[in-house]
Amino acid sequence: MTNNWVDIKNANVVLVMGGNPAEAHPCGFKWVVEAKAHNKAQLIVVDPRFTRTAAVADVFAQIRPGSDIAFLGGVIRHLLEKDAIQKDYVTSYTNAAFIVKEGYGFEDGLFSGYDEAKHAYDKSSWSYEMGADGFAKIDPTLQDPRCVYQLMKRHYARYTPKMVADVTGVPEGTFQRICEAIASTSAPDRTLTSLYALGWTQHSVGAQNIRTMGMIQLLLGNVGMPGGGVNALRGHSNIQGLTDLGLLSDLLPGYMTVPREADGDVETYLAKRTQKPIRPNQMSYWQNYPKFYVSFMKAWWGKAATKENGWAYDYLPKLDKVYDLLAVFDLMYEGKVNGYVCQGFNPLASAPNKAKLLEGLSKLKFLVSIDPLVTETSNFWQNHGDLNPVDPSKIQTEVFRLPSSCFAEEEGSLVNSGRWLQWHWKAAEPPGEGKGDPEIMAAIFNRIRTLYAKEGGAFPDPIRDLTWDYKIPDRPSAEELAREFNGKALADVPDPKDPKAPPLAKAGDQLATFAHLQDDGSTASGCWIFCGSFTQAGNQMARRDTADPSGLGVTPGWGWSWPANRRVLYNRASADPSGKPWDPKRKLVWWNGAKWVGHDVPDFKVDSKPEEGMSPFIMNPEGVGRLFALDKMAEGPFPEHYEPFESPIGANPLHPKVGPNPAARLYAKDKAQLGLPGEFPYAATTYRVVEHFHFWTKHARIPAVLQPELFIELDEALAAKKGIRSGDAVAVRSKRGRIVGKAVVTKRIKPLKIAGQEVHTVGIPIHWGFDGLTKPGYISNTLTPFVGDANTQTPEFKAFLVDVEKAAAGKV
Amino acid sequence: MAFQSLDVINRSASTSTPPQARGALEVAKLIDISKCIGCKACQSACMEWNDLRDEVGVNPGHYDNPADLTAQSWTVMRFYEEELPADKGLAWLIVKDGCLHCAEPGCLKACPAPGAIVQYANGIVDFQQDQCIGCGYCQTGCPFNIPRYSMKDQKAYKCTLCSDRVSVGLEPACVKTCPTGALAFGTKTDMKDLAGERLVELKARGFEKAALYDPSGVGGTHVLFVLPHGDPELYRLPKDPRVSPLVALWRSGVAKTLGVLTMVSVVVAGFFHYMKVGPIEVDEDHKENPS
Amino acid sequence: MMPAMRMPPGQEVVPRYSTGERLTHWAVAVAYVALFLSGLALFHPFFYWTSALFGGAAFMRVLHPFLGVALFVLFYAYALRLWRDNIMTDSDKKWMGQMVAYMNKAADPYVDGKYNAGQKLMYWSMIVVIAGLFLTGIVLWRPYFAPSFSLGARRFAAVLHAGLAFVMFVGIGVHVYAAYWTKGSMRAMTRGTVSGAWARFHHPGWYARMTGKERP
Repeated sequence: MTNNWVDIKNANVVLVMGGNPAEAHPCGFKWVVEAKAHNKAQLIVVDPRFTRTAAVADVFAQIRPGSDIAFLGGVIRHLLEKDAIQKDYVTSYTNAAFIVKEGYGFEDGLFSGYDEAKHAYDKSSWSYEMGADGFAKIDPTLQDPRCVYQLMKRHYARYTPKMVADVTGVPEGTFQRICEAIASTSAPDRTLTSLYALGWTQHSVGAQNIRTMGMIQLLLGNVGMPGGGVNALRGHSNIQGLTDLGLLSDLLPGYMTVPREADGDVETYLAKRTQKPIRPNQMSYWQNYPKFYVSFMKAWWGKAATKENGWAYDYLPKLDKVYDLLAVFDLMYEGKVNGYVCQGFNPLASAPNKAKLLEGLSKLKFLVSIDPLVTETSNFWQNHGDLNPVDPSKIQTEVFRLPSSCFAEEEGSLVNSGRWLQWHWKAAEPPGEGKGDPEIMAAIFNRIRTLYAKEGGAFPDPIRDLTWDYKIPDRPSAEELAREFNGKALADVPDPKDPKAPPLAKAGDQLATFAHLQDDGSTASGCWIFCGSFTQAGNQMARRDTADPSGLGVTPGWGWSWPANRRVLYNRASADPSGKPWDPKRKLVWWNGAKWVGHDVPDFKVDSKPEEGMSPFIMNPEGVGRLFALDKMAEGPFPEHYEPFESPIGANPLHPKVGPNPAARLYAKDKAQLGLPGEFPYAATTYRVVEHFHFWTKHARIPAVLQPELFIELDEALAAKKGIRSGDAVAVRSKRGRIVGKAVVTKRIKPLKIAGQEVHTVGIPIHWGFDGLTKPGYISNTLTPFVGDANTQTPEFKAFLVDVEKAAAGKV
Repeated sequence: MAFQSLDVINRSASTSTPPQARGALEVAKLIDISKCIGCKACQSACMEWNDLRDEVGVNPGHYDNPADLTAQSWTVMRFYEEELPADKGLAWLIVKDGCLHCAEPGCLKACPAPGAIVQYANGIVDFQQDQCIGCGYCQTGCPFNIPRYSMKDQKAYKCTLCSDRVSVGLEPACVKTCPTGALAFGTKTDMKDLAGERLVELKARGFEKAALYDPSGVGGTHVLFVLPHGDPELYRLPKDPRVSPLVALWRSGVAKTLGVLTMVSVVVAGFFHYMKVGPIEVDEDHKENPS
Repeated sequence: MMPAMRMPPGQEVVPRYSTGERLTHWAVAVAYVALFLSGLALFHPFFYWTSALFGGAAFMRVLHPFLGVALFVLFYAYALRLWRDNIMTDSDKKWMGQMVAYMNKAADPYVDGKYNAGQKLMYWSMIVVIAGLFLTGIVLWRPYFAPSFSLGARRFAAVLHAGLAFVMFVGIGVHVYAAYWTKGSMRAMTRGTVSGAWARFHHPGWYARMTGKERP
């Protein structure tokens, strides 16, 4: 979230698209209800199904799965055509005025630089026209035909309401109504909040779905505003913490990146990431990358990280490619993985194409499952009839199961979607032999380290030298880990303005802010964005002050929010270029004549005078928000509608030659497993329902009572055609497998008219498996395709093709 | 149970008038359907607080799970798909089913077991299962079809409005857990005021017919609904619920008095007839007709 | 089989009920009393104390319908054997006309059959009432049958059941009183016989047929 949960209450329009917060985030959804009840907010829901969120919406539009960019592109067109944008914001705070280099182009669904053979782009033309002064060229009048604004206008001119209706199935009237509601927030005193979740990410164009919304919010001037922003509602408790701490295969803590093979030495590595400003007087905060990097390396390897060895640069792995979920399981499937450690993860149920997963897991030598619950993954070798038709005698994988603790059985911090780190305390001991994850990891690590010490090895150094100064080496405490992430001064940190003044931090002290981090090895911080969460003053995450002086839901004394306890990112943009809040009723930060102050911690250089022209998006070298994404996205600088890899219509109505995402990665064997609409005529989408959390709560009696059995949602027309009534057993087949569930025939899904043909949508919730207290059920991901987003490789769970038929009774 | 005898203002099948001295504020739970997302947290909280664990059932082809109220499920969310007239589109109406705690409870009226159903001064209608004789008459008395009979112990069960929590100043478990504020709890007056505010907001939002459900046929209820579309029948709530006239008749003072009178008069009539006419005796010595 | 008789020497006795009939009658009577007492407790809290006789109201509630079935079976086993004797005849109409006078001993209408018209009326009303009580009782019977009936049916059955119970109470009251009022009747059910004088007086036609003597 750019903003936070409580801030939703400040919105005038709440757009829920690509998410279903009433079901997946019912507690956070209270703030939507609050916005409606006390801020007269309008709730708009756009979804392939009429969800429980839609049940309380003012406007609902049913969209075809995988057509979000067409819809949002149409919104952009509407805003530009009607000039319903916040002009001052757009010219000052976005790259609308920036001139794009000659050579950039878009034609027939492809951007300039496409390499057909590699399924990838040469992105060199997707960049700004640079001046002789080393700065990007701009045209503040927005008239230059090569400025971002004009290019964008041209790009989205094709997204007419008729085209939108044709691609998405949303009637023009409804679309118009939604556009007008969205456009109403271009006024400086009105905001729209965008709430999305896996309904946007789990597409082959997932990242671009979100980017399109980011563009809309920039055009409306809603980024940085209270009640605005682009807000990811994260799918798991603490999944935000997972990404913050760099648990994705190509990330280091604090969104630093793992070096690539091409980053031969530390200088190359740092130079690429230490971005200099490309507009005058801009901050380009990533200029501080070396400080974050060095502090991080000091936290991990302490004295072994020295200036001479590039701060132990060689200890870091160098990626030859990305090892995302799909890549790893493809390698496993190819028999190229020996062992797999599954920590709090049930991939057999939660990764696509279960049959492929089964085959991969069967080829492993060993599998370790660290989980508080029995997972289908750890029992993948068991035969459960049709639900898991394997032959255990043919599987040689050795499975180790290490019982861990549940959230209430451990203390520590959880990072919520709004970036709040909130400390929680242990309520109970884990049952049986259950142990906390740090304890399990520590025990494994210490034994491996002992083995290296005893037996040596090719390169024992990173293991041998790892900082491990916990009081009980086999049981690092949550507090010790939290202190380490925050970081401390290894030597006195002098005040750069006045070397004679007392040091900013004394040697050994916990650091107060990442502004104190140094690139000379005098500071250590395990995760720079968490610096400030556990200071010399104590555990800031454990604070519980609900005081909200502004009434805007900024509660600076409750928990701690990264970065720097800031509650709304880019909040400098909530004030106009002169430093005055756009909306006097919703003041977050402002220039008081001497510095930036406010209810929130200003996301800005506090002493930068407005007339210096520093722009609010300080992480970007150009200082402004990007309508044009440069080379940051795999499939193009402007989001374009591409069909899902399994599309119910023959061709992409926008450009018949380019159907699905041309830059997505698709393995050959998985390509052969894609279905065609002839055989699998119906669009399908998977989702969660409120009664369950993923594959956990099926192990608990009450949620099992509340939603006991796998079901399939079908529209009435399709059900009638297939002779299926509610409560019947229904079989759903994709190219990759077949599942059977109970039919829920509903008015909440309607057949859509797409490009002249009727498209039915089949809804498939995911929560069942062969273990648990619910009725045993098929794993829904038996059906889903093994293809992901071109940038993040998040699998396309939300749009694929199936066929349905009535199944024999009792076959559920 | 922290309630005391003074709190009981009405008691099933009792010959004496329960104490009326204590003037307690009437409480109410307000169910604002316009804020309800059907998350079933209330169902879950009800099961947790009351230590109820229903069976893991099957999917009956819709979202209502369990499919009906049971002795183990005192509240159940009902989901109704309604195409609204005048092209207003689809509505998914989500109604929290459970006891409404009538001011004039039909269950209490129908119950033949003294004290098996009581009404507290705060308006809560509570079953006292230790007094329940398992006749199921409460079901015939209820105009909302709420009480459920347990085959295990042959006793009737329903929502208690968490009388145990309320008696010590807490809100019912369902209200405590409701994430969106669709459930509110307080004095009935406050809840009606809150409902009034909600109706203003809803009407401004285009729900011109929004209404409060507090049916007078049962003397008003202590569970109130804000109905955005107004018409109770759209939400499968009876438009004008009343205790069935049959039950009213059968459990009425008139019927009871008549019944007792009948019995007494049979005895009295016999007595006086005997005293007046004397027995018919046959003289065994004479073989002739005595008359 | 004739019952053992102890009559004053020389006195004529006429057999009226077999042992089987008498035992069945009394079984029905016991069931009725139990049903009446338990039903009363369910009807009015004033009589709730009677539930103590059954070991508490909950058990009483369980027992009541079983007793009802017992009464139903026994009653019909008993009563169906008597139906021929309870067919209304022309003379019964005359009796009906003089009933009030008869009750005041102001008239002595002729009775041809084993039963007079009043008894026949009682017979047929019990045939109907007990069937009604049985059927409505089934509708109300927890936990076995009630769930299969609608709430409306159960509401109606409850009212009907109570109403019929009062009809039955009145009927049985009259029956018991009549037996007490007409001295010499009771022994028909206690010993199986009545005196010849009683028979001649109350049921002369029956007496004549039983003894082969002239009707008086």
